[in-house]
Amino acid sequence: MDELLSEFLTETNESLGVLDVELIKLEQNPNDPELLSNIFRLMHTIKGTCGFLGLPRLESVAHSGENVLGKIREGELEATSEAISLVLECLDRIREILSVLEETEAEPEGDDTTLIQNLDALAEGGAAPADGAADEAQDETPEEVADETPDEIAAEADADAGDAPCEAEPVAEEEPEAEVEPEPAVAASAPPAESTPVEVKAETSGAGKAPSKAGEDAPRESSVANQSIRVNVDVLENLMTMVSELVLTRNQLLQILRTQRESEFAAPLQQLNHVVSELQDGVMQTRMQPIGNAWAKLPRIIRDLSHELGKKIDLVMKGADTELDRQVLDMIKDPLTHMVRNSADHGLEMPDERSKAGKAETGTVTLNAYHEGGHIIIEITDDGRGLAIDKIKAKVIANGLAPESELESMTDQQIQQFIFKPGFSTATEVTAVSGRGVGMDVVRTNIEKIGGTIELTSAEGKGSRFVIKIPLTLAIVSALIVECGGERFAIPQISVVELVRASGNSEHTIERISDTPVLRLRNRLLPLVNLRDLLNLDTPIIENLPVEAPAQSDKPAAAEAEAAEAEAAESEAADAATVEAATVEAAAVETTATEPAAAEETNVAKESGSDGFIVVAKVGTYSFGIIVDRVFDTEEIVVKPVAPILRDISLFSGNTILGDGSVVMILDPNGIAAATGEIGMGEGASDAESEAKASSSDERVAMLIFRSGDQAPKAVPLALVARLEEVNRSDVENSNGQSVVQYRGQLMPLVPMKANQEMGTEGRQPVLVFSDRERSMGLMVDEIVDIVEAHLNIELSDERSGFLGSAVIADKATDIIDAGYFLTQAFNDWFGSEQKAQAGGKSDRLLLVDDSSFFRNLLSPLLKVAGYDVVSVEGAQEALELCAAGEDFDVIISDIEMPGMNGFDFAEAVKGQSRWQETPIVALSSHTSPQDMEKGRTVGFKDYVAKFDRDGLLNTIQQTLSELRGAA
Amino acid sequence: MTENVTGLEHQRLDGTYGETEDFVTFIIDGQLFGIPVLKVQDVLSAHRITRIPMAPPEIAGSLNLRGRIVTALDVRCRVGLPPLGDRNESMSIVVEHEGELYSLLVDTVGEVLALSEANFERNPPTLDPRFAAYSLGIYRLDEQLLVVLDVQSLLDYSNSQAA
Repeated sequence: MDELLSEFLTETNESLGVLDVELIKLEQNPNDPELLSNIFRLMHTIKGTCGFLGLPRLESVAHSGENVLGKIREGELEATSEAISLVLECLDRIREILSVLEETEAEPEGDDTTLIQNLDALAEGGAAPADGAADEAQDETPEEVADETPDEIAAEADADAGDAPCEAEPVAEEEPEAEVEPEPAVAASAPPAESTPVEVKAETSGAGKAPSKAGEDAPRESSVANQSIRVNVDVLENLMTMVSELVLTRNQLLQILRTQRESEFAAPLQQLNHVVSELQDGVMQTRMQPIGNAWAKLPRIIRDLSHELGKKIDLVMKGADTELDRQVLDMIKDPLTHMVRNSADHGLEMPDERSKAGKAETGTVTLNAYHEGGHIIIEITDDGRGLAIDKIKAKVIANGLAPESELESMTDQQIQQFIFKPGFSTATEVTAVSGRGVGMDVVRTNIEKIGGTIELTSAEGKGSRFVIKIPLTLAIVSALIVECGGERFAIPQISVVELVRASGNSEHTIERISDTPVLRLRNRLLPLVNLRDLLNLDTPIIENLPVEAPAQSDKPAAAEAEAAEAEAAESEAADAATVEAATVEAAAVETTATEPAAAEETNVAKESGSDGFIVVAKVGTYSFGIIVDRVFDTEEIVVKPVAPILRDISLFSGNTILGDGSVVMILDPNGIAAATGEIGMGEGASDAESEAKASSSDERVAMLIFRSGDQAPKAVPLALVARLEEVNRSDVENSNGQSVVQYRGQLMPLVPMKANQEMGTEGRQPVLVFSDRERSMGLMVDEIVDIVEAHLNIELSDERSGFLGSAVIADKATDIIDAGYFLTQAFNDWFGSEQKAQAGGKSDRLLLVDDSSFFRNLLSPLLKVAGYDVVSVEGAQEALELCAAGEDFDVIISDIEMPGMNGFDFAEAVKGQSRWQETPIVALSSHTSPQDMEKGRTVGFKDYVAKFDRDGLLNTIQQTLSELRGAA
Repeated sequence: MTENVTGLEHQRLDGTYGETEDFVTFIIDGQLFGIPVLKVQDVLSAHRITRIPMAPPEIAGSLNLRGRIVTALDVRCRVGLPPLGDRNESMSIVVEHEGELYSLLVDTVGEVLALSEANFERNPPTLDPRFAAYSLGIYRLDEQLLVVLDVQSLLDYSNSQAA
């Protein structure tokens, strides 16, 4: 393409971008003369250059646009939104022509007469009476005086005055003197490029003032221009690649240096290190661009939207100068645009709806960008209607994304997450604006593609808020290098939370629930993924022996790091091994005792593995641990995409070349989380999980799955299980016809799942420990299988003692065992008598109201075991019937969420009538927000207990009863 | 890869005057193959290859070729033969396919031959389908036949299901 033309295209496209923004500003501030003259100048330059390059169609369109702007500037026309719309339309036409021009290098055929006529009509129709306009022109001049030369003022004043009475075209001819004067000034100060349009301008027509304007702005601009140059992006990309390679080479040198005790290269290498680091920073800087560049189009989009939809929208943009990598910028541009458009289209209400809701008629969409710890945070907030939970639910069901039953038990937060699912769009009707087939799922995918995350919070009626977190740059990331099965992998540091060393004799041990490893970390069970299993690294690799052999041979030797180092240095695969040795040095200090085990594990089986390093990773809100053999240090790596053949392996996000020149794969924590199945529900599941773990505020229940007797899996709510233990079968003793084991200084009865279950005399016996205050009881099972989060829908109630029924857990029919039954088995004799004594012969009567049969079945045995006489009913209605039937209870325990009459209404009903007025009611709830508590108190609940808090419930009942007695 | 020019001379003496094309030859399981020399970026001797877990079996791994990551493909596997014994030790031919570099692991890399079009023939219909899928045609040489390897279809995973 002709260089001149390509320059023109770039420049004009830039100008158009600026014009878009400035015009919107103008619409808001119609009287800003500086803004106006800038707009006019830009338009004028476009027109002038078109004429110069011989592009008649463009020129005529630009000319008409300029005429209108001229009139506006001269005050003959008001910058109404119709006028601005028309000018914007004109810009769009210019853009269209330009895009064709770019492809074909020739102006396309086309008819612009309507547009031109409209523009001209506007220009003419807007012509005001002569004196009024002239006055205004006079008024205007003083404001502009500031940086204009006296000559120019004169010229301008003349021109303005002269222009006013007539239409644009004839003016120029009538006022040749006005133009002649500023011309020399222009020639003197404007760069050649600028002077061209000026000449053209003089020949053609238009408002006489333009040349003087160009002359005035040109020097200012050129001084800026001198500070920066245009560089082809490819050149920068190439430079970046070279620097990346340089960084890698430096790393390589540094690693070699580390293996040398003393080296004369140390000092110069340090120097090189610094210089390269600075070079890297410098080059990165060239790629940085203010995020405002990605926003430039938004004001225009919002403006068009507000016209199209008849909404009043305010777009607030903060932190537009926050810089980030050009590549990242490009990637988020479209998602951002989409989200802002969404907020304005779906989020904000119509003005009348807003005023009805007591909000200002003008809705606000706020964009805010800022840096936070190596990341860019972008918030998109609107004060609209928020996400309608009901609509989402309906949509989810209609689109078959989840069954209704599952939705029932989800929190609002979880339901909101559905908007990120493929095949989802909340707008009932597809407007021209949104709903173009690009959903939030695409937005999320795009953001995750660049290693970012997106979070959503929304309150119905108040608005929504999206928070996007993206890395500053994609080019170089910091990654943790780990080894597993003789292979090294990189894990992006961004998702690594911490490292835990687990071994038999340290604080942390990997416990196995059957084959599923878990780790207790700060009182939480952390699910673990064994990288070896995940990647099928068990298969022996003949090919890699040269690399692997020395690595393994030095593992046992690692007891003394130095020895390992020496050995490795001698080995043939020198470069690979030295790296390992160098890092082993760091790791081995603490690792000594366990390394041999790890080495064995590599070859033998996974059974020995209670040792290893655990990389705790976090994806969204889901934390999990990745078991690896070894952890090396962190390295700056250049992420390179994997070959297309391998793109479908979701566990890798790319590959890279390490300092020692070897290629390693970069693990994708998102992919790993997905592969473990835990995150199958996307954000929803992870949220659910963390919530369930934190306070079990949801009816998804963590179930411990185990086997005993037949092959059918059995399950018990994890919350009921105090500990999982393995006891040595040889330690099991017999006392009073019952198997017992000494456990924490007490005798713990062991109850078999089946009455006459055979127990071996050797090996270890897995035991589920149930605890109740001081007492513990162990349930012997064959095998502990897994912990899963599941909704509990007990589908078949069971007549067999010891079982509550069956439910589908992890796609399998699973027997839910009745923990209470086994508790009574262990404690029937002394437990009951004690309670009886305490209760003074007569048990306290409790009424349990809960719609979930599971909880009724779960709690009533527990309460019975605790010595209470329990009556359980399915709903408030039945409870009130009991009341009517003359039953009396000491304490009522009621669920809050129930179909029909909910807990609050029930409490009110109870307090409203006389018979049970004094009976204390304890609320049983999965949702215990302070508001709920407050509400509960006002309607008469005595206390609040979380559904899974067994001890809390018992304590509360006890307390309530004693208060009752005290009061009585 | 320019180490051997004698083959070229040899073919000229063959008496054919038609257009000739240069081929890098290599042997897989005793069979002579060729790839047009202009498609070949590099010929590598033994190289350290990083294994890629979960990858299709014919993907031997990836290697570092002067700062570029090259995916190593075991041609034997791809054409349905048992894999190489030691993929780190084998020679390979580096080709570019859709902007990505691939290193094709072969048994041995032979000489560069200039072959005359007169000796070219289409695949015989009876050719083993495994070979036929990756063969563009056959050159008749004096002592043996050379199969022109179809790099395109060998590396194109989009329409053929990886074994």
